[in-house]
Amino acid sequence: MPITLDEVRHVARLARLELTEDELRAFQTELDALLGHFQDLQAVDVTGVAPKPHAVALQNVLAEDVARFGLTRDQALANAPKSRAGLFLVPSIRED
Amino acid sequence: MSEYRLSVGMEVHAELRTQSKMFCRCQVAFGGEPNTRVCPVCLGLPGALPVPNREAIQMVLRTALALNCQVPVDSVFHRKNYFYPDLPKGFQVSQYEETNPIGYHGHLMIHTSKGPKRIGIKRVHLEEDTGKILHLPGGGSGVDYNRAGVPLMEIVTDFPPDIESAEEAREYVAQLRQLLVYLGVCDGKMEEGSLRCEPNISVRRADSETLGTKTELKNLSSFRNVFLGTEYERRRQIAVLETGGTVAQETRGWNEATESSYLMRTKESEQEYRYFPCPDLVPLHFDRADVEAARAALPELPLAKLQRYQDEFNLSPQDAQLLTAERPWAEWFEAAVVAGGDPKAVCNWMNGDFARLLKETGQAAVIPGVESDTEGREPARMSPEILVKVAKLVADGTITGKKAKEVFEKAYMTGDDPASMVEGQTQISDTDFIRQAVADVIAEHPDPVATYRSGKGGVLGFLVGQVMRRTQGRANPPMVQEEMRRQLDETS
Ligand SMILES: [Zn+2]
Repeated sequence: MPITLDEVRHVARLARLELTEDELRAFQTELDALLGHFQDLQAVDVTGVAPKPHAVALQNVLAEDVARFGLTRDQALANAPKSRAGLFLVPSIRED
Repeated sequence: MSEYRLSVGMEVHAELRTQSKMFCRCQVAFGGEPNTRVCPVCLGLPGALPVPNREAIQMVLRTALALNCQVPVDSVFHRKNYFYPDLPKGFQVSQYEETNPIGYHGHLMIHTSKGPKRIGIKRVHLEEDTGKILHLPGGGSGVDYNRAGVPLMEIVTDFPPDIESAEEAREYVAQLRQLLVYLGVCDGKMEEGSLRCEPNISVRRADSETLGTKTELKNLSSFRNVFLGTEYERRRQIAVLETGGTVAQETRGWNEATESSYLMRTKESEQEYRYFPCPDLVPLHFDRADVEAARAALPELPLAKLQRYQDEFNLSPQDAQLLTAERPWAEWFEAAVVAGGDPKAVCNWMNGDFARLLKETGQAAVIPGVESDTEGREPARMSPEILVKVAKLVADGTITGKKAKEVFEKAYMTGDDPASMVEGQTQISDTDFIRQAVADVIAEHPDPVATYRSGKGGVLGFLVGQVMRRTQGRANPPMVQEEMRRQLDETS
């Protein structure tokens, strides 16, 4: 079943992407092709194959709990479009 | 009005007491200048790769075991996707699914006014905290990412909920906090946001099987507020239903000043988190031997300690409760018992004068050479050995109880050996000495003696007081009392 234009619109909204009607249609075609590929994968017989939690055969890759200095504040804020008083400025958020 | 039943599910978020963050090594601390404990990983910069904190995982494992949870053999981290400025990556690393979290299907026994109660735990999982949004004067919002990526443990109660009253809600949170502090995994400072509680509350008519619509309550920063907020919501919802209305499923905030809840606007209208396993993090694997070793290494938990203090030391539930409230306090008590103290006497000193002096001086009870105070308070000079010495001076009649308070206070302030303070002023229990002192007082106070003999026993205290005065308080008071009564009654 092909993906509907409304579904593409919904996914775009969740990803905070503002798309034109033309772009939506283009993504519809691309996503359709992508999902088609997953249908191919689903057709593979995996009877008797244990599910793996990750593609890489590694586990418990952990770091010791020792604090280290990261970036200076100036470095941290260097790429921010706007900053003030050491804070990243963002559009106004009002919760209450 | 119909009868209603309350159901409360509880989500508790606890910031873990690690040195560094969950997936990077930025320092974990409270306060400080904004954006000074950040790095490419916790700022979500492209290409940065997370590495989980071993200690944080151990802390959650300990908590899961203490809460009687199952621990999976394999566990993965998921991405919970949503857009909000406090989340620089566009997703929060968390743990999803029923049997994937580090702990699942456990319980906590709490004691309530109606006796012990089992509160089912659905899961204990590990995630990362978000940054903090500050509303700036003159509009706009600013974000501080110092808190972003701090290891955060979420503990969620079972569904359907076991908590059925505001009192149980408060007790659950209080006893969970005590457990986390005992385990050393969280500092439990609710006022600093280290422990955050979100009850979801619903009511239903007593004869109804299905749960009512729930509301979620946020911003509860104390046990008291958990109690008040839950009770407020219970009443509010009943009032809505009684007037023919329906309860709306919504998120409400708690206003501490007005002690009432208010409707909050939620972050996203419809939550669609699109969880999926985080490809940047490899799975966790819990060897059964490691799990059992962690279980064996758990400290004695508060409820077990509370019971043991009553069974082993014959202490009352109230005494045991006071002693076990905080782990360092309980361990101080145990050190004093090991030093040869009588448990009841040690308990009385600790919960009496010692607790008072600590409060007055702002110091902490610390076992010398064993531990330091996590709050950074100055350690008191009083050691378990000194307390035991004072208690023994009283027990063997060397000093009076009244004198002992003085000695205790002096030892508290100086840390000196109590024995050296009582030289030459020890209590006198010599029978002949006391007999003579009593006889002298009787001879010198004919009027009170006559009053006593006319049947007014109340004057006895005055006469005993005279003996104590004469002996500079050193005569053994019970012996004086007995001898005084004997002599007065004998010669009358
Ligand atoms: Zn960092």
